[in-house]
Amino acid sequence: MATIYIMGKAYKVPNTLTIMKAIEYVGYRFIRSCGCRGGFCGACTTFYRVKSDYKLQVDLACQKRVEDGMYIVQLPFIPAEKPKWDLDKMKPTTDEVIRVFPEITRCLSCNVCTQACPQDIEVMRAIQAIRRGDLEDATNLTFDCISCGACSIRCPAEITQYQVFQLARRLYGKYETIPSKHLMERLKETEEGKFDDEVTKLMGMELEELKELYKKREIEK
Amino acid sequence: MKKTEIIKGYLGYMRESIEAVEKTREKRLKETFPLMTLEERDEILKKLHPDYREEAKRPVKVGPNKGDLMPHEVADLLEAHPLVKPKDVDLSSVDFDVDVLIIGGGGAGMTVALWANYAGVDAENILIVQKLRLGDSNSIMSQGGVQAADKSNDSPVLHYLDVLGGGHFTNDQKLASRLVLDAPMLIKWQEDLGVIYDKESDGTMVTIHGGGTCRKRMHSARDYTGLEIVRNLKDEVINKSIPILEFASAVELLTDENKHVAGAILYNMETQEYHVAKAKSTVLTTGGFGRLHIQGFQTTNHYGATADGIVLAYHVGTKLRDLDSVQYHPTGAAYPEQIVGLLVTEKVRGLGAQPVNKNGEQFVYPREPRDVEASAIIRECYERNNGIETPTGMRGVWLDSPMIEILQGEGTIAKKLPAMLRQYKRFDIDMTQDPILVFPTLHFQNGGVIIKENTETHIQGLFAAGEVTGGTHGKNRLMGNSILDYSVFGRIAGISAAKHAKNAKIGKLTLDHVTKYERMLKEAGVETDRKAPILLPEYREEKVLSRALNIF
Repeated sequence: MATIYIMGKAYKVPNTLTIMKAIEYVGYRFIRSCGCRGGFCGACTTFYRVKSDYKLQVDLACQKRVEDGMYIVQLPFIPAEKPKWDLDKMKPTTDEVIRVFPEITRCLSCNVCTQACPQDIEVMRAIQAIRRGDLEDATNLTFDCISCGACSIRCPAEITQYQVFQLARRLYGKYETIPSKHLMERLKETEEGKFDDEVTKLMGMELEELKELYKKREIEK
Repeated sequence: MKKTEIIKGYLGYMRESIEAVEKTREKRLKETFPLMTLEERDEILKKLHPDYREEAKRPVKVGPNKGDLMPHEVADLLEAHPLVKPKDVDLSSVDFDVDVLIIGGGGAGMTVALWANYAGVDAENILIVQKLRLGDSNSIMSQGGVQAADKSNDSPVLHYLDVLGGGHFTNDQKLASRLVLDAPMLIKWQEDLGVIYDKESDGTMVTIHGGGTCRKRMHSARDYTGLEIVRNLKDEVINKSIPILEFASAVELLTDENKHVAGAILYNMETQEYHVAKAKSTVLTTGGFGRLHIQGFQTTNHYGATADGIVLAYHVGTKLRDLDSVQYHPTGAAYPEQIVGLLVTEKVRGLGAQPVNKNGEQFVYPREPRDVEASAIIRECYERNNGIETPTGMRGVWLDSPMIEILQGEGTIAKKLPAMLRQYKRFDIDMTQDPILVFPTLHFQNGGVIIKENTETHIQGLFAAGEVTGGTHGKNRLMGNSILDYSVFGRIAGISAAKHAKNAKIGKLTLDHVTKYERMLKEAGVETDRKAPILLPEYREEKVLSRALNIF
């Protein structure tokens, strides 16, 4: 068993549990601070300190095992409005990102954001990439961002990095990636109804005939 | 090596089995276990798939599906009292009066909202109700990818055959055909939003196989495909100023005197206040039922997957289908304990990892349709006793992930499966060096609400899209067809709901269907304290619950 302190209150829990399961184990029922339970949604961001250690740590409650002497508080919401933008009227440039988020120019390069990231993303490097106009680098660095917002809570320049990255990625995705020729060709064909007759024919087919066709499919190597 | 010593994440006795896996690896790299014939598939399903356990189901006692077999956990919800008593709510005071009410804010719900907006419904006349936060859903957890037949060696016709074969030819063929024909359009739409799919440097999509596919048509965004799509949808919904009510559940639908659906009773999960939402078109996008833990299975699903949509729809008289078939994903994590049941994406097998038993032997083709693959793993663990037992008494087989690095080049896992790599690293397991232990886990609700091709249900004013619906996948969905499902039918539902709202006239709001449902329960002799929908699962310890006092 481990002793954990949920918002200061001590509970004994099996030490094999995740923070999330431990909180439920002692009798809480989540409404907030619990989403996908699998490390993808960023709802269960949890700050903690372990006894006798000054270091403030961050992790996802659904992915982190409890440790003895852990002081825990969850962050159910990041206090920030999402700015609205119209991607169709924007260009994939640093200027556009700075227009929406001028505070990124205040980045002190302290790297606290990176240390706070439960996904091990190089947050500060990505902000710097945007500042020098490299949206591709920023996209690649932040692709695994789950928008938990831990970085923005720790940032002395008060940047909401996860929102900045969303804009950067969308601009890059919409304007800078290379279109797929084969997709455009197939789209033209489906719009012209090229496959409609053949699919309709299959829909009217006897089951046994359909099964034969299925069995005869060649599997691409 | 001590049996209980932990070395790089695994106990000593597991390490011994891993050594056996390593010994056979070189040989296995050159040979793949053969595919089953259709007859062999049938046989193993009947013998070992959990769906075929008779004791796990019962005929439901009430409603349009009376007499149909369903898992006990689903029948329990249909044979339960509605949450709202008509006398407790005042329908004369309407809090929200909208054209399109969308119940559920995952991938389907947000796609519906955007397309209803494109189809001419002003943002302020749309309302998305979401039990958790916008986007908290199974959609965001989807890792492997999305199918679309957009390469020159492929065609929607082949995709269609795969969908039907995967579903054992039980699909609604009209829905299945729409699914495959609209696929390229939805991929293009997502790209226009800013969704970034994995591509070669010349723009060619990187596509791989999924279980039951005859062509490599799985498009992905690393193994964060769902996350990438959902965050784009979410961002766009907010940009369009579409109203969203978070931490609010629909607890009952509303009807009017013509028995058309006319909105819903909403419930603030935090303050417990109810609201009356009147709507010309109501769209169910509530997702599936993983958190019912059917037959005690662990699940890959998000916290809110509690089958609310099928319960709401059933109360107003909508017919359901194929709810007797549950999708168990062949590969859920079986170890370590902290992540048991979570998804190990099919992409791991798509990239070349083979399932092998404790002796390092292959026992199944790595990419059979999901139900067949899952049955083979269950057989290996429980009939042939070739599984590896974990300290908690669970059994699993190895998924030989290091093969990916050998077949596709070093660094492939870091590049293409960062979420998986990260998940195991948190528990000191390096899946580039060591195999991972897996066992089937409850993944998807194959069946659901019956819809027409335009996504309308049998009841006027009620539409549905995504996992809550049944028919598209028949009795077994293939990998990569669920994102596609909510995209294709979310779009159609948005357009259909917008069209319907233009001419719909709502009469007097009622909850007569609730009174009628209570009467049906009574006539069927259902005596129970159960209430549904349940909204959230219950994970508090029995020890705590049994001592809880309800005194303030």
